[in-house]
Amino acid sequence: MSSPPTASTGLPPHLSDATRDETSLRRFLHGLPGVDQVGVEQRAAGLATRSIKKASKLWAIDTAISMVDLTTLEGADTDGKVRSLCAKARRPDPERPEVPPVAAVCVYPDLVPTAVEALRGTDINIASVSTAFPSGRSSLPVKIADTELAVAAGATEVDMVIDRGAFLSGRYGQVFDEIATIRRASGEAHLKVILETGELVTYDNVRRASWLAMLAGADFIKTSTGKVSPAATLPVTHVMLQAVRDWHTATGTVLGVKPAGGIRVTKDAIRYLVAVHEVAGPQWLTPDKFRFGASSLLNDLLMQRRAQLDGHYSGPDYVTVD
Amino acid sequence: MSDRLTVAKTYKLYVGGAFPRSESGRSYPVHDTKGTFLANAAQASRKDVREAVVAARKAVGGWSGATAYNRGQVLYRVAELLEGRREQFAAEIAASEGVNGKRAQSTVDAAIDRWVWYAGWTDKIATVLGAANPVAGPYFSFSVPEPTGVVGVLAPQTSSLLGLVSVLAPVIATGNTAVVVTSQDRPLPAITLSEVLATSDVPGGVVNLLTGRTAELAPWLASHADVNAVDLTGAPESLAADLERACAGTVKRVLRRRATEPDWTETPDISRLRAFVETKTVWHPKGR
Amino acid sequence: MNTWEYAPAPESRDIANLKPSYRMFLDGQFVEGGGEPLKSVNPATEEVLAEVSTAAPSDVDKAVKAARRAQDKVWGRMPGAERAKYIYRIARMIAERARELAVLESLDNGKPIRESRDVDVPTASAHFFYHAGWADKLAYAGLGPDPKPLGVAGQVIPWNFPLLMAAWKIAPALACGNTVVLKPAETTPLTALVLAEIIQQADLPPGVVNILPGAGGVGAELVNHAEVDKVAFTGSTEVGKLIQRSVAGTGKKLTLELGGKAANIVFDDAPLDQAVEGIVNGIFFNQGHVCCAGSRLLVQESVAGELLDKLRVRVATLRVGDPLDKNTDVGAINSREQLTRITDLVSAGEQEGAEKWVSPCPLPDKGFFVAPTVFSGVSQAMRIAREEIFGPVLSVLTFRTPDEAIAKANNTPYGLSAGIWTDKGSRILWMADRLRAGVVWANTFNRFDPTAPFGGYQESGFGREGGRAGLEAYLDV
Repeated sequence: MSSPPTASTGLPPHLSDATRDETSLRRFLHGLPGVDQVGVEQRAAGLATRSIKKASKLWAIDTAISMVDLTTLEGADTDGKVRSLCAKARRPDPERPEVPPVAAVCVYPDLVPTAVEALRGTDINIASVSTAFPSGRSSLPVKIADTELAVAAGATEVDMVIDRGAFLSGRYGQVFDEIATIRRASGEAHLKVILETGELVTYDNVRRASWLAMLAGADFIKTSTGKVSPAATLPVTHVMLQAVRDWHTATGTVLGVKPAGGIRVTKDAIRYLVAVHEVAGPQWLTPDKFRFGASSLLNDLLMQRRAQLDGHYSGPDYVTVD
Repeated sequence: MSDRLTVAKTYKLYVGGAFPRSESGRSYPVHDTKGTFLANAAQASRKDVREAVVAARKAVGGWSGATAYNRGQVLYRVAELLEGRREQFAAEIAASEGVNGKRAQSTVDAAIDRWVWYAGWTDKIATVLGAANPVAGPYFSFSVPEPTGVVGVLAPQTSSLLGLVSVLAPVIATGNTAVVVTSQDRPLPAITLSEVLATSDVPGGVVNLLTGRTAELAPWLASHADVNAVDLTGAPESLAADLERACAGTVKRVLRRRATEPDWTETPDISRLRAFVETKTVWHPKGR
Repeated sequence: MNTWEYAPAPESRDIANLKPSYRMFLDGQFVEGGGEPLKSVNPATEEVLAEVSTAAPSDVDKAVKAARRAQDKVWGRMPGAERAKYIYRIARMIAERARELAVLESLDNGKPIRESRDVDVPTASAHFFYHAGWADKLAYAGLGPDPKPLGVAGQVIPWNFPLLMAAWKIAPALACGNTVVLKPAETTPLTALVLAEIIQQADLPPGVVNILPGAGGVGAELVNHAEVDKVAFTGSTEVGKLIQRSVAGTGKKLTLELGGKAANIVFDDAPLDQAVEGIVNGIFFNQGHVCCAGSRLLVQESVAGELLDKLRVRVATLRVGDPLDKNTDVGAINSREQLTRITDLVSAGEQEGAEKWVSPCPLPDKGFFVAPTVFSGVSQAMRIAREEIFGPVLSVLTFRTPDEAIAKANNTPYGLSAGIWTDKGSRILWMADRLRAGVVWANTFNRFDPTAPFGGYQESGFGREGGRAGLEAYLDV
């Protein structure tokens, strides 16, 4: 097992010890407190009953818009599709210029140049999936090349997938090394590590994978590729928010969380923000520390935003379809 | 009639598996129904009650923690030993209760059978009173009867053996321990029963038998903070309400005195088993 | 740092259909009582909500006689299947008026609308629904082939779950063929009187259920009435003892659900985040006005620091305030009297040397509120470790081994509930066997269900509510 290039520096001893070798890593991950499924789901459901109204709702909508990683990850993606997505990212609601831009556009590596071109002059990040997204089933050199391709083309964020097969067979060191390697290959780009929680199945696994990714140098931990069901869920996000909160307590460093897939409506987005607010803490309520991996969510946020301001409901014909 | 002078038995208390005299040094004469002297019985004091409660409390952990199967075996063994003392019990009952030999015999038989009946309940009562609760949520919830703890028993005054067995056996079958105040005027079969218990596998302290004045001893049992429940079956009528009030001091479970002593020859139901158990409900989530 | 203040999200109080005055329910009619009317107060604002007529001794007598007539002539003779349908009706009508009942409950009691809406009212409805089905199946309850009702039940309930406790009392009584005279708590009579309205609309025969508001005197009159056959009480151990004393020698069947000082035991291998939730739920649910509240936290020393840090962070997120606000987690203390008792015990905790931590949450300017409070460094000898505070105050003690945890948990005259948090299954069952408590929650807390018997050991009372075991309290067996 190799040491991660950045994360190990400055870690408290019990965390740097955890990554010393395969045995230590396993002992550490299996020593994390268990997660009771019923308990975490009950807490998530309870918090989901928060009623967010008026100014606090408007604030939540605008904040959610600014946290969207506007995503297209289809085999049918084209330059045209990416360009129109980027236009939407810059000005989500053309009639309402005060609407903030989204946080990032998320595309496959080969379409990064198109996005770079289309977003020139903005602060919008360009995220590229990598490492043989979505399955991650390829060799390490291919995954490195995939990442380097994206970064060289101008991606500012890399959304990698972990090797779930290795994780589920208990080869934690291999997963760790791979993340650390991609961390290096990503250079200056922000690294989001996709756990694909739908394949990890248990919350205990989600917690372990979260810590594994954080130890290996992730900037963000991300739930899902969006290609596996279930994708993001509130309780999974709770577990990951607990992980970054505990990481912060242990290290003083604030890492981010990105639920992706399945978040389509404003009501859901606000529930996630409430979870961010109350489980992790207010300092995570920023696009630097929390993102939504989504596509159709944005339009619902825009419609709800209009409804809030105009006092009547809006319709899909009044927002742009891209 | 043999010429030999018999060795008369000294009737003592049964506390913590031992046979002490009353700490008070008192005894009282016991007569048959015609007034003929039978023996002196130890006359227990409040301090004997205290010692008996200490012994009973000490025995709770082991007895309630034993498997129900084991308690069944132990209690069944008592029935075997009772059978061996059939003649002795019959003679004592005939003397104590003033019944003829045949009647006394059949009473002993009924008492032994009653003991066997309750012995068989030890490992069934949880099935009958317990439950898996179908709660509306992702939880496994189950309820089981557990022993209440230390039970003070005022044994029936009239039926000196069958009545005693009928109130004592259900108390200990469910895992409680007992402090019994025997029939005041007919204590001899109870003392003989304690000799049976002492030679059986029933651990010391599980059953403690005190002979003496019920009216003197009962208030100490009813007010004792380390007694969890009281069976008032043999309480003097004039005292029953006061005793019940005393029980309120620590919220004891009370099995009330009936207006007249029950007919112990009737087939019992499980109400006496239900009287001294607590239902414990346990919940646990079901999740991956 | 970003601030996100949730805008107020109050449920409209109009939904409660609050009336200026409420009357007692006797023999099928709403009538003025002969007692001095009481004023029910909103504990969150200290304003008077409504005037409520109370029962005089003669009203208690009338109600018991009405219940007796109804039991003799109608309810006791009615086939179980018919009784069942009446009780099902009540269950449905509670559900239909759920929102109204929830808002009214929060107004009168001070509990957060989130709880009255999601717990109290649905569980009350569920309790009627469950027991309705028993009415024609009592022969299968394991209590004999043809169990008979007791007669007239006199029931006295507390202020912490006004509607739910009424349901816990009335539903099994009716299912078993008894009739009822119920006295709601002096400070929270309103939802029981709306329940009376539902019972009237459900067309129950007059006298089957009678609801008589009033203070303790009415309760005493009721439990001591010679024609009452069954007494059921939920409330303090102190009053429970008085009732047990007063029914002594009368032959009335008695069940008591009294106080508690539950231990919530956290081992170092517990699912910590869920344990924190369970601790919070255990002591701050319903402002801690819960007899089975997990008021003593026993933490294994090896994890105490980490757990307490997490706990304080979590408790600080609890939102204390307007009970009608849908985002309120902790509402108002039910009465000034209770507030005084809580603050007295908090002072005692400080004087006895426990370390007090209070949530920095803002509190409303008026009304009866207490910020969530956590005492650490508590020892068994302190009053805050022994006495039921019945408020949002947690006492934290530590232990080293499972045996020590059991010894400390059981070291109380109470025995209502207990919690265990550990990932080790065999330890859960070992602990559950040894805890002297009627309800043991493992890796969860404060779960209630009509099918699951609830009730205490020792001075927490006797008799069970819910499940098959709960029927015994209302049958002559």
